[in-house]
Amino acid sequence: MYSLPGMCSIIHVGKNEKIKTIKEAISQAHELDTVLVHGGYYKEGNIFISKKIVLKGIDLPTLDGENKHQIISVKANGVVVDGFKIVHSGTSSLEDIAGIKLYDVRDAVVQNNVLDDTFFGIYTQRGINCLIQNNVLTSARKQEQASGNGIHCWKSDSMRIINNTIKGHRDGIYFEFVTNSVIWRNVSTSNLRYGLHFMFSNSDSYISNIFRYNGAGVSVMFSHHVKMFNNYFEENWGDGAYGILLKEIADSYIDGNHFIKNTSAIYMEGVSRTIMVKNVFRNNGWALKIQASCMETELHDNVFLGNTFDVGTNGSLVLNNFDGNYWDKYEGYDLNKNGIGDLPYRPVSMYSMIVERNPPAMILFHSFMTSLLDKTEKVLPTLTPENLADTKPLMKLPFRL
Amino acid sequence: MKKIIKYIITDILRNKIILSYTAFLLAISFTIFSLEDNSTKGLLSLLNIVLIIVPLISIIFSTIYIYNSAEFIELLVSQPLQRKKIWLGLFTGLAGSFTIAFLIGAGIPIILFEATAVGFMILAVGILLSIIFVAIAMFAAVKIRDKAKGIGVTILLWLYFSLLFDGIVLFLLFQFSDYPIEKPMIAVSMLNPIDIGRILILLKMDVSALMGYTGAVFKDFFGTTTGMVTSFLILALWMICPLLISLRKFDRKDL
Repeated sequence: MYSLPGMCSIIHVGKNEKIKTIKEAISQAHELDTVLVHGGYYKEGNIFISKKIVLKGIDLPTLDGENKHQIISVKANGVVVDGFKIVHSGTSSLEDIAGIKLYDVRDAVVQNNVLDDTFFGIYTQRGINCLIQNNVLTSARKQEQASGNGIHCWKSDSMRIINNTIKGHRDGIYFEFVTNSVIWRNVSTSNLRYGLHFMFSNSDSYISNIFRYNGAGVSVMFSHHVKMFNNYFEENWGDGAYGILLKEIADSYIDGNHFIKNTSAIYMEGVSRTIMVKNVFRNNGWALKIQASCMETELHDNVFLGNTFDVGTNGSLVLNNFDGNYWDKYEGYDLNKNGIGDLPYRPVSMYSMIVERNPPAMILFHSFMTSLLDKTEKVLPTLTPENLADTKPLMKLPFRL
Repeated sequence: MKKIIKYIITDILRNKIILSYTAFLLAISFTIFSLEDNSTKGLLSLLNIVLIIVPLISIIFSTIYIYNSAEFIELLVSQPLQRKKIWLGLFTGLAGSFTIAFLIGAGIPIILFEATAVGFMILAVGILLSIIFVAIAMFAAVKIRDKAKGIGVTILLWLYFSLLFDGIVLFLLFQFSDYPIEKPMIAVSMLNPIDIGRILILLKMDVSALMGYTGAVFKDFFGTTTGMVTSFLILALWMICPLLISLRKFDRKDL
C-alpha cells in the first residue's frame, strides 16, 4: 500500500461504483490520486480534504450541506476541486461557514463549480498562489447578516480570481490583507452590499471585471499600488452607492474603466498619487466626487458624457490636476486649432455645490432659477473652487468609444 | 359652440404670431437635435424651451387675443348664445391651437430624433403647460378690465411661476435645511405647474443623480404610478380651476 510518483490512481465514486461516498474515497486515496465523482446527489456533511488530491466531479454532482454544514474544507496544499454543484451550506453568526473553504494552503485550484445558496461561497484564509476560476456563485438571501461573501480572501498572497460569476451575496468579492493578486474577468452583480470589497490589500490588480446593480457599488480602501484596468461599473444606485468608493488609496492606477449610470461614479477621499486616465463616465449623477483631502491625483484623457454633475467637491482646496480631459459640457472655443480649448473648463457647477450642502435642492434642478445661478457663477466664481479647472480641455474625444 | 371653436381656431391659426411661434419651435428643435452630437444636451435645451418659452407665449398671446376680441365677444353675447359656451369655445379654440402649434413645432422633431420616454414626457408636459397657461391667461383677462394692466399682470404671473417661485423654494430649502423637508417639498412643488412638469421630466432624464437619498424620496413619489397619476391630476386641476373661476366671472361680468 504505497504509491510512487507517476503511479497515482483514479478512484471512482458514484451510485453504480464500488465506492458510494466521497468521504470513503478520500480516506482511501493517496497523495496525488484523483477522486472522480460521478453525477448524483451527495449528502455527506462536511468533506475534509487533508491530502494533495484532485477531487473532480463528472456531470456536476451535487453536494448538499442541508443548511447545516460547511461543505468542502481543504487543508492540504495543491488540492484541486473541480466541477461540483455545492448547495445549501449552513449559516452561522459565529463561524464563517463556506461552500468551499481553503485553510492555510498553497497552490490550490477551485474551478468550474456551481455554488447555490451558500453562506460564504469560496473562502480562503492564508492562501498562497491559489487559483479560483470559472465558478458560478449565487445566493438569494435577503439580509446582510444572513448572507456571506461570494469569494472571500483573507491574509492571502498571489491569488488569481478569474472569470467567476457572483450574484446576490453580501460582498461579491472580498479581499482583506491580500497582496500581489489579480481579479480578472469576473462578473459581480446584484450583491447586497459591495460588488468588490477591498481593504488593506496592496499591489493587486483588477482587470476587465463587471460590477453591476450592487447595493453599494465597489469599495476600495486603505490600500496602495492598486491597478484597476478596463472594468465596468454600472447602475449602482443609491445615496451610499458609488461606482467605486476610494478611501485612503495611494500610488494607484485607474485606467480605461467605464462608469455608466451610477449615482456617483467615483467617490474619492484621502486618495493620493493616483493616476486616472482614459476612463469613460457616462450618464452618472455625479461623475467624480472628489473630497478636498485628495492630493496629487492626476486625471487626463478621461471622457465625461451626459453626467448630471461632472465633479462635486466639499472644499476649496485643490491639490489635484484635472488638465486634458474631454467634457461634453465645455462651451469654449479653439482658435489656434490645436485640439485644446482656449478657455479653462470648470467642472464644478454652482448647483452641484448647493446640492452637496443641501440635498433636497435637487428638486429645483434644471429650473430657470438654477440655470441663472450657474451662468452667473461661471462669470464670477464665488462658491465654486477657483482652482478646480481643466486648463487644457480637449475639443474632441481622445479615443473612440 | 362648435362654430365658435371652429371660427376661433381658424382665426388664430391664420394669425402671424402663432404661425411664427410654430416655425420658431420647429426651427429651434431641429437645430438642437441636428447640431448636438449628444442627445442629452439637445433634450436639455428643449426642456428649457418647454419650461420657459411655451408658458410665456401661451399666456401673453392668449391675454392679448382675448382683449383684442372684446368687441367680437360682445357681439357673440348679444346673440342668443349661452355665455358659458362662448367662454368655453374661446378656451378650446386657444388651447387647441396652441396644442397644434406645439405638436407641429416640437412634436415632429421629438418623434423624429428622440422617440424615447424623455422625449414623450417633454411633449406631454409641453402640451399641458400650453393649455394651463391659456387657462391662467383667461383668468387674468376676465379679472382685469384694462388691457395694459392685464398684460402686465400676466407677464408678472409668468415671471412668478418660472422664476420667483423657485427662488422662494430655494430660500425655504435653506431656511429649513435642518429639518426633513423632502416630503413637504413635494407638496410645495405641486403649487407650481412648471415645477411639476420639470420634476416629471427630471425623473426621466437625471434618474441616476436622483437616486441619492433625497432623490429617492422624490422618486418614490413621482416615479410610482400613483405619483405619476397624482401629478397629472394636479396638472389637470391647474387647467380646470382657473378656467372654472374665469367662467363664473365671465358669466356674471358686466361687459
